[in-house]
Amino acid sequence: MITPVICEGLGKVYQEKKKEIIAVQGINLEVDQGELFGLIGPDGAGKTTLFRMLTTLMIPTTGKALINDLNTVGDFRKIRQFIGYMPGRFSLYQDLTVKENLHFFATLFHTTIEANYEQIKDIYIQLEPFQNRRAGKLSGGMKQKLALCCTLVHQPSILFLDEPTTGVDPVSRKEFWQMLKKLKKDGMTIIVSTPYMDEASLCDRIALIQDGKILKIDSPSTVSNQFGRSLYAIESDHSFHLLHALRDIPMIDTCFSFGNAIHVTIKTGDQNSIEKVSIALEQQGISDVKISEITPGIEDVFMDLLQKQVA
Amino acid sequence: MNSTEPVIIAKDLTKKFGSFTAVDQISFEVQRGEIFGFLGANGAGKTTAMRMLSGLSIPTSGEATVAGYDVYHQQNQIKANIGYMSQKFSLYEDLTVRENIWFYGGIYGIPKKELKQKIDALLHELAMTEEANTFVRALPLGWRQKLAFSIAIIHQPGIVFLDEPTGGVDPITRRQFWEMIYNTAKSGITIFVTTHYMDEAEYCDRVSIMVDGRIEALDKPSILKKKYNASSMDDVFVQLARGAKRGNS
Amino acid sequence: MLFGMPIVWIILFGFALTTEVKESKIAVLDHSKDEMTQQLLQQIEASKYFMIDRLIDSPSEIESALEGRRIKMVMILPKDFQYQLNHQNTTQIELITDATDPNLANTVVNYANQIIRDFQERNYPQQELPMTINIESRMLYNPQLVGAYMFVPGVIALILMLICTMMTSVALVREKELGTMEVILVSPLKKIMFIVSKAIPYLFLSLIIVAMILSLSYFVLDVPIKGSLIFLFLESALFIFTCLSLGLLISSVTNSQQVAMLISLMALMLPTIMLSGFMFPIENMPRLLQVISNVVPARWFFTIIKSIMIKGMGIADLLKETAILIGFTIVLMAISIGKFKERLA
Repeated sequence: MITPVICEGLGKVYQEKKKEIIAVQGINLEVDQGELFGLIGPDGAGKTTLFRMLTTLMIPTTGKALINDLNTVGDFRKIRQFIGYMPGRFSLYQDLTVKENLHFFATLFHTTIEANYEQIKDIYIQLEPFQNRRAGKLSGGMKQKLALCCTLVHQPSILFLDEPTTGVDPVSRKEFWQMLKKLKKDGMTIIVSTPYMDEASLCDRIALIQDGKILKIDSPSTVSNQFGRSLYAIESDHSFHLLHALRDIPMIDTCFSFGNAIHVTIKTGDQNSIEKVSIALEQQGISDVKISEITPGIEDVFMDLLQKQVA
Repeated sequence: MNSTEPVIIAKDLTKKFGSFTAVDQISFEVQRGEIFGFLGANGAGKTTAMRMLSGLSIPTSGEATVAGYDVYHQQNQIKANIGYMSQKFSLYEDLTVRENIWFYGGIYGIPKKELKQKIDALLHELAMTEEANTFVRALPLGWRQKLAFSIAIIHQPGIVFLDEPTGGVDPITRRQFWEMIYNTAKSGITIFVTTHYMDEAEYCDRVSIMVDGRIEALDKPSILKKKYNASSMDDVFVQLARGAKRGNS
Repeated sequence: MLFGMPIVWIILFGFALTTEVKESKIAVLDHSKDEMTQQLLQQIEASKYFMIDRLIDSPSEIESALEGRRIKMVMILPKDFQYQLNHQNTTQIELITDATDPNLANTVVNYANQIIRDFQERNYPQQELPMTINIESRMLYNPQLVGAYMFVPGVIALILMLICTMMTSVALVREKELGTMEVILVSPLKKIMFIVSKAIPYLFLSLIIVAMILSLSYFVLDVPIKGSLIFLFLESALFIFTCLSLGLLISSVTNSQQVAMLISLMALMLPTIMLSGFMFPIENMPRLLQVISNVVPARWFFTIIKSIMIKGMGIADLLKETAILIGFTIVLMAISIGKFKERLA
């Protein structure tokens, strides 16, 4: 069985007015058949550049990428026949209707909507009531669905989705990922990028990327397990007050706000333990806190790796 | 303006575009120094509401005052007394950091001498003194957003509107940003913020959730979670927004 | 660019904007070939306004002399010129002028009048009887000196440039700006298909517009269409291809619709207006600009269209211009298709 995506030492350097910008460097990764692979990282991490190299839109400066064993540089024409690509921003024709957009993209790939109706049915059913509405007049969530439909209409074997949920509200985001899970069940290989760490747990495997480099690649649970130390959540009614107080406690290693809790790690050492933290807080006048040990989430891991990088 | 008066008072505020009612009679108050989260799905009417409150658009009906000024007749005063920062644009990419601060400081009428001192102080606070002469487009997103925020409050407005200020920013910088917001609120500036990160909703003093042009919920995060039997604001949001009609068209 | 452009224009305008006629080429049919005619011709030659391009021998050559575009006027000196002047105190000089450009024609005739008057005074200062050299002038091709004759072909050239070059380049760049280009690239669509599909609507649109302009000018403005309509449309189609290639070329050097429009307008249309011969006769421009005007495709098209419509010329007469236009088109197409990027970077 062919590995759908292989990257070896992939890198891209831009020249901008005498300055060299390293967008991406030393990317080594593989995506397996039928995998839902997440590329997780904030803006500017290099996600889009990586995607563009994988989808044959950019030539790497170093290394190579193989899609179904075809080289993205030499065999780009062949690759473009069978992959599906959804770029970062809405890239359909605003002045064409839903149906016209779909028809256009089907024709582009020498096929028809009818021939592929089964594949896109689940998503298209939601769009069908609006099939004669101009794409520009759809709501954000609907636009994303339409874009996905157009990407799927020619039955690609590998899907590349670049930040499909950015700027979309949490409800639409969840719906979108439900659709992706269904597609994966039907055997599609999907590579998705997102800045939302909570979406990472929905993937089979994830690659954490920052500043053009991959920090870690593994399944979400393994990534969490590799955190390496205990993580605690401290809840209180006054988060920021608590945050400042925690920073003053010497045995605290890292402390970050997470909604209504602060995630905390303690410096290793015999003297240090979480009970002592509770005491230290009381000494500062903060009682009424709830401390519990928690499993690290992807965001915890990401920030941990980031910090290590900086240090 | 009386310092105990709410910074924003909205009563049955409505905006219609032809037959479409984007904002449907929303009413609420925001207190001074509050961090007020303004949430809602895309198309729920958030942006329209914010535009009315920031003096950029005239309501169809209803009343509202911002920083004591009326949204119908005193739009200019409103603009002069608020700060505004949006995700899409806030800084000039082909100007340097220093030039951007100069520019906006000038717009808000800060006298030259004072502005000079403010710039140095600001750069120091943001730890960007070395980047003072760097073009903004060369800065990472997180730095840009922090800079934009500082500039938005450079003239000590009574209230600052933040439109999805942390979209796509890395997690560490995101949190630094919110600490800045918190410190700003402590100093008395009211924060009116919209976001799609539900954990950030928890940082707010109160949160309102708009659905189909109306405010479906408005309260402290802790109270909302109890009311909707939810473990997180994400849960609350999903429960409320799922029934929305607008998101599905 | 914002500063460079106005400076270039002022210089161009300064040189190109001249209604003065200098060294217009004329042909002379001298029936007398006597001393007086020689003197007259010398005087004409000596003036800065005219240059005698050639002498023709019979009236049948007049038409062909004017058909070429070098000769602006044919001066016909009658038999026994000297004799008539000396003994009959009157003679007649005929001026037949190419009036396709009525302003130019008028100017040329006026200058000719001046010189002839001058000649008369110099040689026959004392006049016992009113001595006259009658000057009869005929305006050929455009007897009523209708401005529209020049105007219509010029407008056609301009509009085609506008629609084909600017609109095509903007349409192509818009895809890049909107992001749809990215998605289209990652598809089996061949680059030539993409280009053709973008160009075809404007091709048809332009042909329809040419038809519209021609009908309007024919029926409303009474501008003649002496030559073959089919030939006219064929040449127009050729020029459309030239413009489309230019549009394609522009689209491959920029990613911004604004810049595409700017380049189309400033770098292409303005020189077209000024250097194609549409408003300002090329003959009157300084040598440098005349050379530059050879590189402006519209100049050749303008000549072609003018000649077909007003002089009724056929393919045989316009071989050179057509060949040049074809050459332009092929070169531009080759460059622009070659430059069309199938990747983002």
